[in-house]
Amino acid sequence: MVMNFDIAMTGFVALYVFMLAAFAGWVIIGNVPAILHTPLMSGSNFVHGIVVVGGLFALLNAATPLEQAIGFFAVLLGAGNAAGGYAVTDRMLAMFKTSDASPKRRRAAHGRRKAHGHGKG
Amino acid sequence: MLTSISQLVIGGVDLAAAALFLFGLKRMSSPASAPGGIRVAGLGMIAAVLASFLYVFSVDAAARPHLMVNIALAIAALGVGGAGAWFVGRKVAMTAMPQMVAIYNGMGGGAAGSIAAVELFGARTNGVTQLVVTLAGALIGAVSLSGSLIAWAKLDGILKAPLRVKGQQIANMAVMLATLAVGGLIVAKVTGVSGLPLAASTWIWIFFAGALAFGVLMTVPIGGADMPVVISIYNAFTGLAVGLEGFVLQNPALMIAGMVVGAAGLLLTLLMAKAMNRSVANVLFTNFGTPAKTHTGAIKGDERPIEASDAAIKMRYSSSVIMVPGYGLAAARAQQKLYEFVKLLLAAKVSVKFAIHPVAGRMPGQMDVLLAEAGVPYDMIFQLDDINDEFATTDVALVIGANDVVNPAARTDKGSPIFGMPILNADKAKQVYVVKRGQGKGYAGIVNALFYGPNCEMVYGDAQAVLVQMIEAVRGLGLAAAA
Repeated sequence: MVMNFDIAMTGFVALYVFMLAAFAGWVIIGNVPAILHTPLMSGSNFVHGIVVVGGLFALLNAATPLEQAIGFFAVLLGAGNAAGGYAVTDRMLAMFKTSDASPKRRRAAHGRRKAHGHGKG
Repeated sequence: MLTSISQLVIGGVDLAAAALFLFGLKRMSSPASAPGGIRVAGLGMIAAVLASFLYVFSVDAAARPHLMVNIALAIAALGVGGAGAWFVGRKVAMTAMPQMVAIYNGMGGGAAGSIAAVELFGARTNGVTQLVVTLAGALIGAVSLSGSLIAWAKLDGILKAPLRVKGQQIANMAVMLATLAVGGLIVAKVTGVSGLPLAASTWIWIFFAGALAFGVLMTVPIGGADMPVVISIYNAFTGLAVGLEGFVLQNPALMIAGMVVGAAGLLLTLLMAKAMNRSVANVLFTNFGTPAKTHTGAIKGDERPIEASDAAIKMRYSSSVIMVPGYGLAAARAQQKLYEFVKLLLAAKVSVKFAIHPVAGRMPGQMDVLLAEAGVPYDMIFQLDDINDEFATTDVALVIGANDVVNPAARTDKGSPIFGMPILNADKAKQVYVVKRGQGKGYAGIVNALFYGPNCEMVYGDAQAVLVQMIEAVRGLGLAAAA
């Protein structure tokens, strides 16, 4: 038996995926405080950098010089989108600090955060 | 067999990546958990990119002779694009963040449009639905690419004034309709309707040219003050384009990531538009940035000046101060000095908070990042809704480099272009000091009634210089040791 893991998504299945993803995005993003809206935007920017995977698919399947050129362009832009989006988001998030900055208390705060995160999740 | 294994691995890794993206964004609900969130999402991205090299085991027959060249091209593109953007992203100043986000939006849109182009030129789409979705993604992606480049040029100061000509909206509409018509023609061509002029590929070129032109035309007339909304819109557009191309490539990770970002962009767009008291259509289709009809006649009294040192000493001996920073603070690179002054006040047991308006920066939340960069702890930073009631019980509000977002005309003057816009109620504080370069109007060119209020005094000068004087004045009181 030949196993087939090909993904086939047509019509309504695709619409369901879109609908659920849009809803999840709306709810998750709605919970992000305004103070983080810039890193949120660069972070969601980074997330759409996943387009680089589509670019790789297109480039690897390119059969003519024109397709190769456009595919190269797609991967170039997608990789820039992902890497750049990550770099700036990571930099910005590292800047947000609380008032209790002493190492000991920061560690304690970290512990609380973890417990808090589990409780919420 | 190798094909099924590679499909299994790609499918599994992409599924994990999509889950990690959602998890990462979920962790952004607090500044404490957010850094871990982006790292988790980053791992997902690296895994997905590495796994996609397994596509080599299932390439089309036509592409097989070119496989080695294509792999080399892929590695080169990943290296050049990734390393270049990484390097720039590590160096870029926080004040330039709106431009960077605009560029990344454009890159993502361009990548989605390029994927669509490969599918279209290679005639790989299967059936009318896929063809239409490919074209839709191509259109949105291309508009996002060229529009974002214009937004970047505007934010970077390369394009100064908004460019407007008469009948522009009609011309834009014509370009849009023509592009859609060409799209319809491509569908007809590909589905085998005979008797149409030119080759399908020619029409595809025209389609992309039209879409790119529309992105430029749509963005050029929008004023600089509206860029926060524009960036959010293009964020949503790029997400949508990526999601649509994900459907075309039958890749659910792209569909999910794209749609999540699309929804996020839409939400932020609506939030921004609400904070500016405008509808999204109003931002896109009317000329806001032009100087509005002035209301100078309606305002009585004069702006009363005060020395920086006097204002500083008054703050030192008050019990509560709210800082209202605007983009002018960042333009003067004075965030560090402001925090230095705040630390002196804190040492003298003055309660200090920062009040941030949603459009205080050039993009949503930018002022928060600029303050964080200067070292201000995030528990001192408050958003409009959380702090607005506190002004009435606060001794001093210090407005630095902000103007329209504290203009009480938004509450009272029905004739004002900003009437109805939510503002920070700085005018309700017992005493207001405004640090300003000189007498003049704000970014949107509107006269500010706050400056003429009985409880307001003006500190004229460059924000950085004024803050240095304030710091010296408070230090001069002999409390430097406490700081």
